[in-house]
Amino acid sequence: MHYLDNSATTMVSPEAAKKALEMMTEVFANPSSLHAFGIRAEAEVEAARKAVAAQLGCSDEEILFTSGGTEANNLALFGVAEARKRRCRKIVVSSVEHSSVIEAAKKLENDGFTVVYVAPRADGIIHPEDVAAAVGDDTSLVSVMRVNNETGAVMPVADIFEEVRDVNPDVICHTDAVQAFGKLECKVKKLGADLLTVSAHKVHAPKGCGALYIKKGVRLVPRQYGGEQQKKRRPGTEAAQTIAAFGVACEQFDIRANAAYVRQLNDYAKEKLLAIEGVVLNSPADALPYVLNITAGRVRSETMLHHLEKREIYLSSGSACAKGKPSHVLSAMGYDKDRADSALRVSFSKYNTKEDIDALAEGIAIGLRTLAHA
Amino acid sequence: MKEILLLKDGEIVLKGLNRRAFEDVLKRNIRTALRGTGEYEVTSAQSTIYVKPLGDDCDLDEASERIGRVFGLVSYSRAAMCEEKTMESVLATAPVYLAKQLKKAKTFKVEAKRSDKKFPCKSPEICREAGGEILRHFPHLRVDVHNPDVTVYVEIRDFGAYVHADPLRGAGGIPVGTGGKAVILISGGIDSPVAAYMMAKRGIKLTAVHFASPPYTSQRAEDKVVKLLRKVSRYAGSMRMITVPFTAIQEKLRDDCPEELFTIIMRRLMMQISERIAKQYDCAALITGESLGQVASQTIGALGCTDEAADMVVFRPLIGMDKQEIIDISYRIDTYETSIEPYEDCCTVFTPKHPRTKPILKFVKEAQERARFEPLVEEALQNLKITYINPED
Repeated sequence: MHYLDNSATTMVSPEAAKKALEMMTEVFANPSSLHAFGIRAEAEVEAARKAVAAQLGCSDEEILFTSGGTEANNLALFGVAEARKRRCRKIVVSSVEHSSVIEAAKKLENDGFTVVYVAPRADGIIHPEDVAAAVGDDTSLVSVMRVNNETGAVMPVADIFEEVRDVNPDVICHTDAVQAFGKLECKVKKLGADLLTVSAHKVHAPKGCGALYIKKGVRLVPRQYGGEQQKKRRPGTEAAQTIAAFGVACEQFDIRANAAYVRQLNDYAKEKLLAIEGVVLNSPADALPYVLNITAGRVRSETMLHHLEKREIYLSSGSACAKGKPSHVLSAMGYDKDRADSALRVSFSKYNTKEDIDALAEGIAIGLRTLAHA
Repeated sequence: MKEILLLKDGEIVLKGLNRRAFEDVLKRNIRTALRGTGEYEVTSAQSTIYVKPLGDDCDLDEASERIGRVFGLVSYSRAAMCEEKTMESVLATAPVYLAKQLKKAKTFKVEAKRSDKKFPCKSPEICREAGGEILRHFPHLRVDVHNPDVTVYVEIRDFGAYVHADPLRGAGGIPVGTGGKAVILISGGIDSPVAAYMMAKRGIKLTAVHFASPPYTSQRAEDKVVKLLRKVSRYAGSMRMITVPFTAIQEKLRDDCPEELFTIIMRRLMMQISERIAKQYDCAALITGESLGQVASQTIGALGCTDEAADMVVFRPLIGMDKQEIIDISYRIDTYETSIEPYEDCCTVFTPKHPRTKPILKFVKEAQERARFEPLVEEALQNLKITYINPED
């Protein structure tokens, strides 16, 4: 099998899987139970909170566990919009955000908020001055992703947030760092983020868990009501097994070594794939090496994808969450419909090898020769 | 550009002949505080401590935040080290290093400190030249010597030339460890962590004593105290926490003492046990978070009865403070939110319905003696649990 869809999800590392199993079969108590067994489960959850906090360079009290990236992004947008709606009724997001930000923004628009969508320039990057120009006194929140999920474009969020604060120092700055976490250093202080989203299943931990960094003092209105868990900001029994496994995965991060390895894979993939007649690069030149977006001739993405799956090669046409809709990211970058319709997203992890890329190059070459062009 | 932290000594400059000893402790505390943020060279000269990063992987943001919590410093600055100790190098460094601040500012001034008197340019000349160079780079700026948005400091010292913007305020106080050692009685509420912080600020090295009464109190209550002490230790340095098993004593209290005196006798016993522990660990004083009139056990009469139980000096740094003033400090040192977590602690077990607010010492002592706590106190002292508290854990 050649799994090249790591931006969609990743294999759970054996160590994280072991921890999840241990939590389900041995330390299965409710982390809120008053007894010692409950305290043991709670200690596991808190250890995971520390592990996530260490990666973000923040205090463990600033980490809130959620059911995943989508919930964290929703909480960030709705939570801030609601908390500050009396004075500020405008939010600013980039037009290439993940659907969990874009759709939340649209819902806010329906509810009477003003939403400004800032487009990237031709280089695929959101520029600080463009975001700052959209911000005013009535802006409560700015949300710009750290790394784009379809192209790997790295957004200059530190500069963006700084320029935003020059215009209005009270704006709450959120970044969706789901695709960057574990791959690129995400220290909240360096980024200047007030809120930051991460997800477990993109970093070799199980699905069903994410976290939102909430800078001390930032007020959010909760999205759900119930018990006392997580200071009432996100009530509900913690998914202790997934959270604990997430913590183990965070402890296994080796950002520098993995980046060097994946950079090699990416260079090799560019060399092999771009040598094929009809293949062009969509990712920005200095994109995160974990994501490589290409367009292969004029074969529709989904056709190519199904052709490759027969050869046990797995990748995406764009964001897995979009389920085949044409890419709003590539359109926003100014690529025409044909180019977006034939786009493929190759995404790597530390577990990939050059053999995976050889198989992919061969598969695409054969596909381009044999499949019908649009 | 190479950066350095320049730290200004606080009160210890007044210490005369002991100054060296104070400064050595301060430097040691700084090194400990910086642990885990990289390698540094820490030296002192001219009532300034130089913290020089060795290598490129020092986290100076974190380091400077931690320096802000070290007692004994009035102020500190994050500065650029000029390549050479020449006017040219200063002029090349200042506009680049402070570009961000200067771009945002409308007015500025330059202040020069020339402690190396061999440097060819005198202070007014340094100011004039540096000011001119900055204006060339940032023509939108105006000079305002009275109330500038940014002050650019140029320091010409024995080891080099440094450039920085307005210094940050230090934690004040005197270095932890230079004021002796004392025991802090800590329950887990809002007050005792604040009391601990305040006495550490006066140079005291702390040992914490906590009373636990399982099953009336839970492990979580004890964990909460550990968490609180960790926060305090970011200021006070690492410390021992000693947990006293208090269940048997409290049960005896309930069985053999008059209800309205429960709290007062309990507090006397806590003082007596703490004093014994203090002696064992070479501590010369006790610290409590009592504030006059806050609760029944903190009236003049009650405090008199509690105080009589121990021979040692007892520090009560919060004695004249209002609750809100205490809460303000607990917010600042980040203990408030932990303090209000709702777990039973030893002070809330067996609280009398109508505690005596004007207890008479003679009756209190008689009641305590009648119940004969000595064997239980000895037993508790035999079964102390020690936990080591470090800020980084």
